[in-house]
Amino acid sequence: MHEMGIALQIIEIATASIPPELGPQKVEKVNLKIGKLAAVVPDSLRFCFEIASRETPLAGAELAIEETPVVARCKACNERWTIDEPAFSCRGCGSGSLEILSGRELDIVSIEILQEGEDADGPR
Amino acid sequence: MQTVHDKGARREIKVVQRVLKVNERMAEENRRRFAEKGVFVVNVMSSPGSGKTATLQKTLARLMPEVRAAVIVGDVSTTHDADRLAVTGAPVVQVNTDAFGGDCHLAAHVIEKAADDLDLEAIELLIVENVGNLVCPAEFDIGEDARVVVLSVTEGEDKPVKYPTMFRTCDAAILNKIDLLPHLDYDKEQAVAYIRQVNPAMPVFEISARTGAGMDAWIGWLREKIKSKLKAKS
Ligand SMILES: Nc1nc2c(ncn2[C@@H]2O[C@H](COP(=O)(O)OP(=O)(O)OP(=O)(O)O)[C@@H](O)[C@H]2O)c(=O)[nH]1
Ligand SMILES: [Mg+2]
Ligand SMILES: [Zn+2]
Repeated sequence: MHEMGIALQIIEIATASIPPELGPQKVEKVNLKIGKLAAVVPDSLRFCFEIASRETPLAGAELAIEETPVVARCKACNERWTIDEPAFSCRGCGSGSLEILSGRELDIVSIEILQEGEDADGPR
Repeated sequence: MQTVHDKGARREIKVVQRVLKVNERMAEENRRRFAEKGVFVVNVMSSPGSGKTATLQKTLARLMPEVRAAVIVGDVSTTHDADRLAVTGAPVVQVNTDAFGGDCHLAAHVIEKAADDLDLEAIELLIVENVGNLVCPAEFDIGEDARVVVLSVTEGEDKPVKYPTMFRTCDAAILNKIDLLPHLDYDKEQAVAYIRQVNPAMPVFEISARTGAGMDAWIGWLREKIKSKLKAKS
């Protein structure tokens, strides 16, 4: 439901990440890492991004989303495993004292641009 | 920091940043500001209608005036909740949710602005009633010290497993409207078991904001938190 706000943040961060010495650039792809526990719906994010990115250097860019699993570590016995359903007790010793190692990410990993003059497909 | 890789004609530019870093930075600023004044901040969240406002009315009636409290309430379109809370005598700031991005949560910058309307020197407890929603508020740090989720016995027992992020990130749960239990076939043990499944160590307070039943344990928990925050300041 707050995907529009997330889309706007992505556009802002991505635009600021274009090396200024390259001049105006068009971003082709944004690589994101989104944890399964993050409150973001990928399809809804794509929809908002498409609308919000119009008339920005990210217009038409692809959002490549890597969904990261929920990985936990037991603080009691050090067991590490992937949590597939909402049960947050150690599968080894039953302890409820866990560290969540991944699954809450909402990160922009990289952007991809086409280098000047090397666009094999020519102008679109 | 940016490194650049060549990928044929494509060029990949590493970014590696949290998308919500602006909110997170602002939340940290809020947290510093509240800590400086020794104000304990509690972020209260739930589905629409679980009884946040009713619980807070009762809570304020119990705590004030020994505990000096203020409230920030996020309400999508009315001032009803602000009016109900103002009756307690606590200063109430009503905020409209973010114009862009929807009405689904309070963000850190909204709290920062709302706090400008409060005399932080004059309070030791700041309660934030978040927008009724179990998804989005979980993602937005506002600079709070504790998160509390309210669940009512008129909702499904399985809410905790349907919204695990919310229940994982909270420090306490309130199971409200227990006065209605005799009229429902609600399985309270099952609901508590689901909460424990998602967050095994979280305290669960069973209350009725209508009759006041069960309020003692919740009030005791809150008083303890307020006291340690004040102690950390001095
Ligand atoms: N029977 C009973 N009704 C309750 C109790 N607590 C709240 N209610 C009723 O439930 C309805 C919703 O309560 P609110 O306190 O407005 O809930 P809320 O979570 O603040 O709602 P929003 O701010 O709209 O999300 C009201 O009609 C309350 O009177 C309770 O303990 N028992
Ligand atoms: Mg309310
Ligand atoms: Zn273990």
